[in-house]
Amino acid sequence: MNDQPSILVLSGLSKSFPGVRALNDAKLTLRSGEVTALLGENGAGKSTLVKILTGIYRPDAGEILIDGKAQHFNQPTDSWAAGIAAIHQETVMFDELSVAENIFMGHMPRKKSGLIDWPLLHSKSQELLKRIEAEFTSDTILKTLGVAQKHMVEIARALSHNARIIIMDEPTAALSGREIDDLFDIINQLKSQGCAIIFISHKFEEIFKIADRWTCLRDGEYVGDGAIKDVTQAQLVKLMVGRSIDQVFPKRNVTIGKTVLEVDDLSNATEFDGASFNLRQGEILGFYGLVGAGRSELMQSLFGISQAERGTVKVNGNIVKIENPSDAISAGIAYVPEDRQVQGTFQPFGIRENITLPSIANHAASNVISYTDELATTRKFGARLSVKASSWEQRLNELSGGNQQKVVIAKWLATKPNILILDEPTKGIDIGSKAAVHEFIGELAGEGLAIILVSSELPEVIGMSDSIQVMHEGKFIRRFSGAEISPEAIVNAASGGAH
Amino acid sequence: MSDTQRYHVLDRAPFNLASYLLRWESILVMLLVAVIIINTAISPYFLDIYNLSDATFNFSEKAIIALAMALLIITREIDLSVAANIAVCSLVMGLLSQMGYGTPILVMAGLAVGATAGAANGALVTKFRLPSIVVTIGTMSLFRGIAQVVLGDQALTKYPSALTSFGQGYIWPGVPIPNSFALFLILACMFGFVLHRTVIGRQIFAIGHNPTAARFSGIKVEKTRFWLFVLTGLMAGLAAVLLTGRIGSTRPNIALGWELEIVTMVILGGISIAGGTGTILGLVLSVFILGLTIFGLSLVNIPGIEIAILIGLLLIISIAIPIMTAKWRGRT
Repeated sequence: MNDQPSILVLSGLSKSFPGVRALNDAKLTLRSGEVTALLGENGAGKSTLVKILTGIYRPDAGEILIDGKAQHFNQPTDSWAAGIAAIHQETVMFDELSVAENIFMGHMPRKKSGLIDWPLLHSKSQELLKRIEAEFTSDTILKTLGVAQKHMVEIARALSHNARIIIMDEPTAALSGREIDDLFDIINQLKSQGCAIIFISHKFEEIFKIADRWTCLRDGEYVGDGAIKDVTQAQLVKLMVGRSIDQVFPKRNVTIGKTVLEVDDLSNATEFDGASFNLRQGEILGFYGLVGAGRSELMQSLFGISQAERGTVKVNGNIVKIENPSDAISAGIAYVPEDRQVQGTFQPFGIRENITLPSIANHAASNVISYTDELATTRKFGARLSVKASSWEQRLNELSGGNQQKVVIAKWLATKPNILILDEPTKGIDIGSKAAVHEFIGELAGEGLAIILVSSELPEVIGMSDSIQVMHEGKFIRRFSGAEISPEAIVNAASGGAH
Repeated sequence: MSDTQRYHVLDRAPFNLASYLLRWESILVMLLVAVIIINTAISPYFLDIYNLSDATFNFSEKAIIALAMALLIITREIDLSVAANIAVCSLVMGLLSQMGYGTPILVMAGLAVGATAGAANGALVTKFRLPSIVVTIGTMSLFRGIAQVVLGDQALTKYPSALTSFGQGYIWPGVPIPNSFALFLILACMFGFVLHRTVIGRQIFAIGHNPTAARFSGIKVEKTRFWLFVLTGLMAGLAAVLLTGRIGSTRPNIALGWELEIVTMVILGGISIAGGTGTILGLVLSVFILGLTIFGLSLVNIPGIEIAILIGLLLIISIAIPIMTAKWRGRT
């Protein structure tokens, strides 16, 4: 494989921001027809490297060679012209326009008069879609497509620039198992056409499945590279974190207490149907299912974001009517939402204002906020979650994803809940923070909190939960506990298989 | 996640003079000083306590509405119907006055009509989820239209003397502080306290920063916005009481175009049109800057139409500057 010509060579790459050295003497080599996994914890410098490659940042030092020629990217269009395209975590596209318009946005084929040459636009788009074996046509309106299909449009867009170097930043984050397989088929196709691919993912399973080579960054520095077949997951984790992480989930010795939450036949029109379950003190109940199984919708209805059509919810034996989140908070329910940026945080607020917001009335006497009380709560919960920051007034948008998530968990603990619902609590955060969050969830259960853990990560659900409720297309399939829990049984149930 | 904190987190960020001076409020203070110096230089009549006191009549009523408008804009909403609302309030007061009702009834009617109009805006925006800019352009036209249809080309001019002497009067004989200006200062302190020190104030900022996360944090977003529309309407009603008393008449074009000046006060005061940020201090400074600039220009006989050009320019500049400086700061 080493005889493949290298397309891209990065060397000596450095970039600093005020107070942070994001990249220091980093290097990376891409060969045509290979997938290179770029590894590193959050904050290791992966995004900075991608932004340099796509012309968003200019490096302080270092060299970018494409086919042996030095490149200077002053703006994103320079990087396109050099054949580099990036496919992002969140797709940024035009929902109301057709697939063809999305693919060629910014460089539409034109007639002599300067008007768009529609027939040519569609025939060129159709050709690109055929290359990646897409099953939709170029005149489809984008918003009617699923997430995976939108990714295909992005890939087609990259190909329309004749991209030979394609950067995929967490492309599988929003995809289900089948869609991931489809994406991998496309990646293999691109490989066979001679493209070089940078693949960024937090999921090792995928890295081992699709990547040929790996390069690892830690604290902005290059720490190693090699062929995927010569390395194990444990070795990679050790390189990424610089220490070996105990992959075993915390063993807990918890006495399960009395029932605190009883949900009976909770249903709404489209998302979930006949949800019934009990939850006890100190118990962690995992919810597993594929994307679209209705787990988040069920939890949001328990929290009062949306209304159920029928069914009852009892907290500590009393029927409660939850019409909005403030009813849920009064009933002792807290919900750490899935979409941290949109649903969980106030980016321009400081840590203090974020943490005290849901419990702000408890930090005020006759509606006048006490800064002293706020500070005490912030110190207490911020320290308990080991939030890393320069000051408690630091704005959330200056913190890493892992630290932001800690702030969100802290803000809900400050409401002193009896029931804590965690919806994908470790999504998109680095391994170090992940382990810390897992340990902390265990600790909370040990203190008698009843916990619901919604997660799409099988090892996490299995490792953390006392029992696991599996959902499929809005229905409760089965609740597994103790020895019944096995990865095969759960995946089978989640895909609607045998009961 | 043990109890031992490996990082020392400060309670507050260390004091930084540069970022303190770059605050919008500091810039406004400098601007205000500049306005005073320039006005003193160009007109000998500017620094006269009685002239200055009379100048406040020209902006206090607008500034009172701007206080409520600021809260509304912080939650990402706007009410462009406030000036038309004044016309309806004043119309109802004028009709009741012709029927012989006394000042207390007129005042209550003005406030009630204002609050009701605000509630109508609020209901349309929050219950039917319509964009407030569209709703209030609609009600602006509707309210003004009602006043024009009912009044035709006549004016209502019969008002009790208690009302007119309050609108034109001073807080104490011989003290050159007009009632309307005193009311503005008192309300500014109250609004500042509520916005910056209380639970509801924090929730208003939270809604402006991120309405979805605010809902997920247990804040009743739509309810809060509804009551802010009512409050803005109520302040328009109060302004109508003061204005009707001051000029002693109701014409269809009363307070015409005020919404532009009110929004300019709010935006120049550093309250972001995108929501979430701003202070009442900034608003008060901006009220003084605008008020004294217009007063200074009128002292040197610059006509009102040219002053309108200036207000338009100020509005655009005050929206553009924060955006441009943010870009400039981001480019490192």
